[in-house]
Amino acid sequence: MTVTDEALPHTAAPGTGTGTGSDAADLPGPHALRGSGQAGDASGGAGGAPGEADDTARDEVVTALTGDLDTGFAVLYDTYRGAVFSTALRLSGRWAEAEDLAAEAFLRAYRALCGYGPDRIAGLRPRAWLLTILMNLWRNSLRTAARRPPPGPLEDAPDPPDPAEPVEDTAARHETGRELAGLLAGLPAAQRAAVVLRHVTDLPVAEIAIVLDLPEGTVKSHISRGLARLRTLHHTQGGTP
Amino acid sequence: MTRTDPVPDTSGPGLGSGDPLTAGLAGLAADAPAGLLDRIAARRVHVPGPLDDLQVAFTDHGIAYLRAGMDEQAFTTAFRARFARPLLPADRPPSGLVPALRTGRLGRLRLDLRGLSEFEAAVLRAAATIPRGQTRPYAWVARQAGRPKAVRAVGSALGRNPVPLLIPCHRVTRSDGAVGDYVFGGDAKERLLRAENVDLDEVAALAGRGMQLVGSDTTGIVCYPTCGDARRITPPHRRPFRNLAAARAAGYRPCLHCRPAQPEPA
Repeated sequence: MTVTDEALPHTAAPGTGTGTGSDAADLPGPHALRGSGQAGDASGGAGGAPGEADDTARDEVVTALTGDLDTGFAVLYDTYRGAVFSTALRLSGRWAEAEDLAAEAFLRAYRALCGYGPDRIAGLRPRAWLLTILMNLWRNSLRTAARRPPPGPLEDAPDPPDPAEPVEDTAARHETGRELAGLLAGLPAAQRAAVVLRHVTDLPVAEIAIVLDLPEGTVKSHISRGLARLRTLHHTQGGTP
Repeated sequence: MTRTDPVPDTSGPGLGSGDPLTAGLAGLAADAPAGLLDRIAARRVHVPGPLDDLQVAFTDHGIAYLRAGMDEQAFTTAFRARFARPLLPADRPPSGLVPALRTGRLGRLRLDLRGLSEFEAAVLRAAATIPRGQTRPYAWVARQAGRPKAVRAVGSALGRNPVPLLIPCHRVTRSDGAVGDYVFGGDAKERLLRAENVDLDEVAALAGRGMQLVGSDTTGIVCYPTCGDARRITPPHRRPFRNLAAARAAGYRPCLHCRPAQPEPA
């Protein structure tokens, strides 16, 4: 019996077709990209300066993971914790749930990495891969939540304050943030995911297409419809609270 | 890629910086809270203790794993195989660990026993109650864990003890007087027990005569030979017994501290 506190290792980490060129051929796994990939589009980044910075970070993470899995994991975590946590926070709308989702996503990532060979790690695009894991966990949590009775008003309050943040900072940041974070909850799941990944997590559209496993055109229309809807919600709810 | 997009700032970075909505969304990014990594990764540290080369892994739930005589690579590999969790170096041992290893008392030190089966956890809880300087047979642990016939399974569960020394599985010994197996080997077990002043020679001498228990003819109470109460019985009043049935037949009752058990017929 394997002693772990939850599910067996390697069960639910999705494989994503994020490799470049030849690596894409040896990506196994039942959870690999369902459609044909946008993998080719992602290689080389989306062009421009941010893409190059992302590539440098990506190379550092992959190099560290190739050396030692545990040291590499620490680099992976430090590089992408902000992206993963921000995404989890703005998707779920709740601090505690975001912590659960982000912790679980990183843990599953580690467990998947334990079973990956050097080739597979070399072909990894870690940010898209991590966010794909997170997105699957979030969709699962939505499904589970739909089967539970609706939460009470207290639990339902979006974005409770960060317990580690001073109250004044929270107040200042939430001046605009709280309202906007609340509005995000009013978007359909697909639009919310696309808007959060594009404008909160700041991913290029090509990478969002990989994470959400959708064509780029669909991603763009989710984003623009999401933004349009946010504007409408903003106006109908009468501006700032 | 037909753009039906009415908003001009959805695709390229660098565009739409003047839009208050997208600026507001960008402001919703948040760094991960400081404690998040500790929910994911365990920490490892070298500690001094009664055995050489002790390494300990701990999580935010407590001490999860303790092993002796391994190098860092072997320890990390063993931890990964068992817990599938990242393991990073720690600056210092968690508070309370070093005193707990020195005194054998846990105090407020917490143990992370997630992932053990119910039976394994019950066995370890039972073993944890054996006082320093005393031993109990496997059958006693089986009874305390609620499965009196699962004596062999107790041996396996103790062999999988993730935190030896902290849960003193070395104090569980064979009823024939031998010390029995141990995670770190029988020799280490004997060394640990002698360091706790267990009189293994007396236990072996009694067992050699087929005697498992010692009673006092002044109190009429019968104990395991290493029980604190048994060790106070002066030699003229010590009465050895083969088992609890024999002691009961002689009018003795079992000690309420060490609770000697009647061996179950296998």
